[in-house]
Amino acid sequence: MGIVQILFWFLTALALVSALMVLLSKNPVFSVLWLIAVFFAISGHYILLNAQFLAIVNMIVYAGAIMVLFLFVIMLMNLNKETEPQKNIWMKIAGAVSGGCLLMVLISLVKQANEMTGKTALMKDGNIGLIGNLGKALFSDFVVPFEISSVLFLSAMVGAVVIGKK
Amino acid sequence: MPIQYYIFLALALFTIGIVGVLTRRNAIIIFMCVELMLNATNLLLVAFSKMHHGLAYASDKASLVGIDGQLFVFFIMVVAAAEVSVGLAIIVMMYRNTHSVDINFLNRLKN
Repeated sequence: MGIVQILFWFLTALALVSALMVLLSKNPVFSVLWLIAVFFAISGHYILLNAQFLAIVNMIVYAGAIMVLFLFVIMLMNLNKETEPQKNIWMKIAGAVSGGCLLMVLISLVKQANEMTGKTALMKDGNIGLIGNLGKALFSDFVVPFEISSVLFLSAMVGAVVIGKK
Repeated sequence: MPIQYYIFLALALFTIGIVGVLTRRNAIIIFMCVELMLNATNLLLVAFSKMHHGLAYASDKASLVGIDGQLFVFFIMVVAAAEVSVGLAIIVMMYRNTHSVDINFLNRLKN
């Protein structure tokens, strides 16, 4: 087993355990911290796939900006204690069972698909994840969606200010 | 790595997000589970883009096949950031009105 395989399984286990702990921890602050661990594991997967730009952007935008925003909201509302009222236990069991059924159906579907057998993802070669190639594609082929997303950001900013000031 | 491993990992993360949305009552944790589902989709898009790139890379080292998938991930991150800013503003407004982030308080909307 090479170093790439070992890192793949380590990051996979880290992502799955952290994602489960997001659900299971009662304190919302701990949930946020476990979610940051999930984002770091996914960034590690991006680095393994040689998508360096997305790895850095994932760390800066998700783990840096969005999660800090979540932490600010939780601490401003003084929610950092275990105040969640307990839901009916049958509702929890029903949610877990339905999610497990969905997972089993999707996994059996993927295992049967002939298109997916024998295909591999290129792990550390390839240069499409580098920032130069991505920038050239972004500002030539995808320049109209890029501008539209800037308008989306402006409207989201105005909307957040309007909703928050009320 | 085989592409199926990435598909299984993304499916597991997505299902954990769905179970979180179904079972938790705290609005902020539900929102975080939505972020988890978006990240599972991002991981799968990057893996598929590298899969298609690997097929073209064998013949031409300088090909840019599959770069669209990584740009889609970039745009998904843009939309997620906008969504989080508006969603957290809505949660703060809801907390100001009801002094709770329990989503069961919102069932008065149905009348």
